Amino acid sequence: MPEYNEILTEIYKVLTPFAKEDQPLGEESELVTDLGLDSMQVMRLLLEIEDHFDISIPINVLPDIRTVKDFAQQLEKILN
Amino acid sequence: MAIFEKFRGLEEVRAGLMKAGIDPFNITLEHIYSATEADIRGKRTILAGTNNYLGLTFDPECIEASCTAAQEQGTGTTGSRMANGTFAGHAALEKEFAAYYNRRGAIVFSTGYIANLAMLSTLAGPGDVILLDADSHASIYDGCRLGGAEVVRFRHNDPEDLEKRLRRLGDRASNTLIVVEGIYSMLGDIAPLADIAAIKKSYGAWLLVDEAHSLGILGDHGRGLAEEVGVEADVDFVVGTFSKSLGATGGYCVSDHPQLDAIRYAGRPYIFTASPSPSVIASTRKALEILQARPELRVQLWKNARSLYESLTDMGFTLGPQVSPVVAVRLEDKKQAFGAWMQLLEQGVYVNLVLPPAAPDGSALLRCSMSAAHTPEQIDRIVEAFSTLPNTAATSRTA
Repeated sequence: MPEYNEILTEIYKVLTPFAKEDQPLGEESELVTDLGLDSMQVMRLLLEIEDHFDISIPINVLPDIRTVKDFAQQLEKILN
Repeated sequence: MAIFEKFRGLEEVRAGLMKAGIDPFNITLEHIYSATEADIRGKRTILAGTNNYLGLTFDPECIEASCTAAQEQGTGTTGSRMANGTFAGHAALEKEFAAYYNRRGAIVFSTGYIANLAMLSTLAGPGDVILLDADSHASIYDGCRLGGAEVVRFRHNDPEDLEKRLRRLGDRASNTLIVVEGIYSMLGDIAPLADIAAIKKSYGAWLLVDEAHSLGILGDHGRGLAEEVGVEADVDFVVGTFSKSLGATGGYCVSDHPQLDAIRYAGRPYIFTASPSPSVIASTRKALEILQARPELRVQLWKNARSLYESLTDMGFTLGPQVSPVVAVRLEDKKQAFGAWMQLLEQGVYVNLVLPPAAPDGSALLRCSMSAAHTPEQIDRIVEAFSTLPNTAATSRTA
């Protein structure tokens, strides 16, 4: 099972092309407010992460995901 | 003002649109002449965006049935069936839907939106899984949200992705309701239902198909995509609406599962909504009769759809992936789409402006829906209006 840091690294990798160029990525970065992702980009991001880890992320968890850290923690729960 | 803060972005977008003096999402039809013509902003306009597929809103028999029902039974039911009782017309229409689909039972709902809300929120609860096509209608998403099931999306019209997700679920696949549409409302593309039904069977899952845009359009008897591709026996629940081919307002679900009746006692959107008015039920019953008795309407509809699709393709527009009564012109840019939409309206043609996220893939759409009632002259006028769109629209053309 992947560790939290491994999950975080993967999120950064997938997130980089989506995020605004001048915006530094960190655990506290908010996907919508800070990184400027719209709802469709969030959905595409989910699909890429799902494929990478071979999992399905229920959309029920989306309201609980605001930051990169929230996202990593949800993935950790699903993966473990 | 705090509770209104969330609307600020929306208001800014709307204010931008209103600079042109018109809100494309709040059009008024000042006078309605027929299934295909109305006055908009004082101008006689061809309606090419109203989902009136068979053109039955002005059918004389439907109108007469509706008027008679209002005179004999009153204008409304004034409440839910659980509280106020079932009118004989509700029960009769349910029997007629069940007979039409060769199914054991049917339930009538007050709108198509409510049909999906009731079915999805009630059928799948905590511990169950809903696997839905990512491009599903908002009513499907909202129904999922109202229930307690785990909700997972699969890539639009991608049976391989569906299969992958069922595999990931393991034993839970047998507690999984797959949800797809027959024809998708925005691009008019058709689900690969034969493949989806085969996957459903192999995993022992359940399948609900929303035939809102395919009732009266696909299948030898007009029963929709499941009939067209010969998989009706593999579809557990068919949901549909009265508000397109049947020319009224309402929804339904048919199924062979006797437990369908439980929705009447457990489905909040069914229990806590006023039931359809007698006039609506009466016109719908008549429209369902006509839909079966006059297959030539379906033939005409497809002829009209092909005509528009081919003409717009020849002009170089990028359209939805296949011919269907929904003919969607894809444009890259929201401003460009709004300008083109305005231009069409000024030329007396009303289509739907669809902006992201309602339009898939982040594109903007000029969405046309064809009707059996459109005349060849009206289709020519629609095509002519598209042909005069300014260069801004032409930039999106593929040729």
